[in-house]
Amino acid sequence: MTNHWIDIKNSDCVLIMGSNPAENHPISFKWVLKAQEKGATVIHIDPRFTRTSAKADFHAALRPGSDIAILGGLMKYIIENKKYFNDYVINYTNASYLVSKDFKFNDGLFSGLNEEKDNYDKSSWQFQTTSDGVPKQDTSLTNPNCVFQILKKHYSRYTLKNVSSASGLSTQELTKLYSIYSATGTAKKAGTIMYAMGWTQHSVGVQNIRAMAMVQLLLGNMGVAGGGVNALRGECNVQGSTDQALLFHILPGYLKTPLAGQDTLEQHNKVNTPVSNDPKSANWWKNYPKYSASLLKAMYSNLTPEEGYQMLPRIDSYKASEYSWLPLWDRMYDGKFEGALIWGMNPACSGADTHKVRKALTELDWMVNVNIFQCETSDFWKGPGMDPSKIKTETFFIPCASAIEKEGTIANSGRWIQWRYAGPEPLNGLLTDGHYFHELWEEVAKLYEEEGGVHAKPITELSFDNMVTDGHFDPRKTARLLNGWFMKDTVINGKQYYKGHQVPSFALLQDDGSTCSGNWLYCNMYTDSGNQSMSRDLTQTPEQANIGLYPKWTWCWPVNRRILYNRASVNLDGVPYNPKKAVISWTGDSWAGDVPDGGSAPGTINPFIMRTHGVGQLYGPGLADGPLPEYYEPLETPLKKHPFSNQLSSPLAFHFQDEEKAVADPRFPYIGTTYRVTEHWQTGSMTRWEPWLVELEPQMFAEISPALAEKIGVKNGEKVTLESLRGKVWAVAMVTERIKDFKIDGNEYHMIGLPWHYGWLTPDDGGDSANILTAGIGDPNTGIPEYKAFMLNARKWQEGEI
Amino acid sequence: MQGKTFFIDMTKCTACRGCQVSCKQWKNLPAVKTKNWGSHQNPPSLTPVTFKLVRFNEVNKDGKIRWNFMPEQCRHCVEPSCKLIMNMYVPNSVEHDAKTGAVLYTDKTATIDLEPWEMCPYNVPRRDEKTGVWSKCNMCIDRVQNGMKPACVTSCAMGVMQFGDREEMLAIAYERLAEVRKKHKDAFIADPDDVRVLFLGIGDPADYYEYLSADTAGL
Ligand code: SF4
Ligand code: SF4
Repeated sequence: MTNHWIDIKNSDCVLIMGSNPAENHPISFKWVLKAQEKGATVIHIDPRFTRTSAKADFHAALRPGSDIAILGGLMKYIIENKKYFNDYVINYTNASYLVSKDFKFNDGLFSGLNEEKDNYDKSSWQFQTTSDGVPKQDTSLTNPNCVFQILKKHYSRYTLKNVSSASGLSTQELTKLYSIYSATGTAKKAGTIMYAMGWTQHSVGVQNIRAMAMVQLLLGNMGVAGGGVNALRGECNVQGSTDQALLFHILPGYLKTPLAGQDTLEQHNKVNTPVSNDPKSANWWKNYPKYSASLLKAMYSNLTPEEGYQMLPRIDSYKASEYSWLPLWDRMYDGKFEGALIWGMNPACSGADTHKVRKALTELDWMVNVNIFQCETSDFWKGPGMDPSKIKTETFFIPCASAIEKEGTIANSGRWIQWRYAGPEPLNGLLTDGHYFHELWEEVAKLYEEEGGVHAKPITELSFDNMVTDGHFDPRKTARLLNGWFMKDTVINGKQYYKGHQVPSFALLQDDGSTCSGNWLYCNMYTDSGNQSMSRDLTQTPEQANIGLYPKWTWCWPVNRRILYNRASVNLDGVPYNPKKAVISWTGDSWAGDVPDGGSAPGTINPFIMRTHGVGQLYGPGLADGPLPEYYEPLETPLKKHPFSNQLSSPLAFHFQDEEKAVADPRFPYIGTTYRVTEHWQTGSMTRWEPWLVELEPQMFAEISPALAEKIGVKNGEKVTLESLRGKVWAVAMVTERIKDFKIDGNEYHMIGLPWHYGWLTPDDGGDSANILTAGIGDPNTGIPEYKAFMLNARKWQEGEI
Repeated sequence: MQGKTFFIDMTKCTACRGCQVSCKQWKNLPAVKTKNWGSHQNPPSLTPVTFKLVRFNEVNKDGKIRWNFMPEQCRHCVEPSCKLIMNMYVPNSVEHDAKTGAVLYTDKTATIDLEPWEMCPYNVPRRDEKTGVWSKCNMCIDRVQNGMKPACVTSCAMGVMQFGDREEMLAIAYERLAEVRKKHKDAFIADPDDVRVLFLGIGDPADYYEYLSADTAGL
């Protein structure tokens, strides 16, 4: 989230799209209701009418996967009706930047697509620059090559009629949505977006979010109270795991995983340190070398940063087709892994194309699953269709302490790092994940030392002791390491700092190995005055109280800034656009309110300091699949033809060539989509053991419309068989008017909604995972699977069929 | 007539069912073996071990869908007919706590052979098949007597449920009613003079549940 949970209450219009917060982020919804009580309009655009829709002022059902059509239409509406926030767009976005004359967009494809149609050469997407590398601008926004005009032209095709035929929303519903939301394009009003996996889990997941970020920039909704782009993180610590880089392409603090060819730290830094000659650009990533060196010193304290860099593995590319989730399982399926540590997850239910995942596990020689409870992954060898006598995989299950039985930090969606103290003692002397990691490292390091091996140093040289006290994993020490300390006595800007003292803020991190920091973004959390994540101080200034900032309640990255890009909430003189909900304001010699994005005087630096040029990117030349979001059909779709271009689906979407897709396939006529409910958690591996929760949602179900029920001859409460190209499952039909049929170009399409919480292990007669049906298709930037839109058949269940 | 009262603002209820689970947790009541019967509402009705049940009801008003949620429980009636009737069969089988107004069932109810609706206008009490004992919500009397709020109230993150002195709750309820009526003219509080559980809703009470209001239930 650029903003935080409490801040939702400051909004004048809460757009909920791609999420279902009342069910899946229940606590967030209390702030939605508070906004609504104060007069905000709550809009829910979602394929289904959910418990969120029940509280919204306005709900409209879109066909799964048609979000960009709707958002593109919104941008067209904003531009053509001049609803954008003019000053903001000119001063704080790249609307005025001139794009290369070679940039083209033609019938669904951007310029630069290679012959295999699987990669873009992005050179024609770049900006025209002056001789010192600063992008050329036309602040009148009239040059046909300026971003604003390109945007205008691109989305001119997103007419109400076209968007309606893509999404299934009527033109009246679209106009209503557009007029309500675009009314936030004034200084005095803020609109916010709450999204989650309903946007990310598509072959165009990243572009879905980009499209909304662009809307927010056009309307001047970034950096303001009650605005922002707000990703609702579903796992309680998924923000923390992203910050700490539980992903293939990044290191902690969003540093980049080294690529093959970046042979020295200097080379690696050079590629990842942007340069700007614009005096108004703070270009914060210019500090990259300080953060990479400090991370390396945290990991390899006894080595120089350069030596430490040589310990890190390199990957061949950041392409999602190489190292992300789907190719990993594909490789395991092909027998290319010997063993796997599967930690705190249950891929035998959560992975797309679950049959393939379960089969892949049988190709391993050994598998260790660490979890609170046994699950379909730990017990895969005795699951349906498995013959234990024929499975070679030696399987270990290691139970561990649960989150409430141990202490440590937890990062919430609003980037607040909160200390949690341990509750009850773990049962039967179970130990924590941290403990197991340490023990595992000790064993492996010992083996390397005793027996030697190829490239042993990355393990043996690791400074694990930075996180250990008396032989045990120590979360408090680890929190100190995240912040980092001085490795030696150092003088910075004339001030003396001493070895072993905590670094007060990331502005003081150094690139010469004199500081360490496990995650530069967390630097300032644990200073010599203590662990700020433990702070529970409710005091605030009247300005802060006015928007519910609570700056002393825990700590928030970066440097306790509660609302990101907050310099965009004030004009060039430092005066808040909306004084009634000021985030920061210039008092004449300093800033009041939140911690500003850079403390210098108003108008001296551009507000989006993490961007090279310091402005919001209406046009973004960096993504794999285009500088502007374009509406594409999901890779499995009921439509033969894109409603308004000749390019049906994303040319770059990740998929396996040899895996068939259902495209306008009469065998699989129904649209499938998956989701979660309040009562269960993810694959249900924790909640399905809890009788009170199973009582509430006992069995796999399928929400279908009355028309579809009639068509397939199924009554409410009867079982249906659902089948995709990947497999089949049964579900209890819930026939409800909350599920709508989509009328598109005179044809009617039915949708089937499925929770993915179930699994064969428990409860008895609970059903199996909806992911047996989902496909191994993913976003080209991240690899996230397209869980939200795929094609199915449905019929009445026959005894003994599954 | 002081005592305690619940205020339940259903306009804010998201049917998260935290209240339903926390009731079972505080009272250590077992789960009922359920199956999906075509509704999220489970168990389908109150049971001898389910004193709080979130009801889900879909209504289609001229093509506009409403999904109503009602966290149902015993209303702790001001003049409880269950007490009147059951005590006629077995004296003192039902007690009425003078301080709080909580209506409390005892094991003496075991021999009373009636249908729930014969003694309760809200169809609340349930009978254990084996022991014959009748049961229902007891206002978390153990908590309330120790200065705490009922378990369900403390679990509600949406601020649907409040619990306190009757006059205060009535004042809050009517203030909220006036507020909701600005947007929804048909907002109502069900049977406010008769019950210690003030349900605030929108539209027709029967669109939540036929027994939400004794009036609409035709009793
Ligand atoms: S806890 Fe509150 S919001 Fe949740 S179901 Fe109960 S009354 Fe409704
Ligand atoms: S609601 Fe029914 S059970 Fe509860 S006190 Fe009133 S009459 Fe008795």
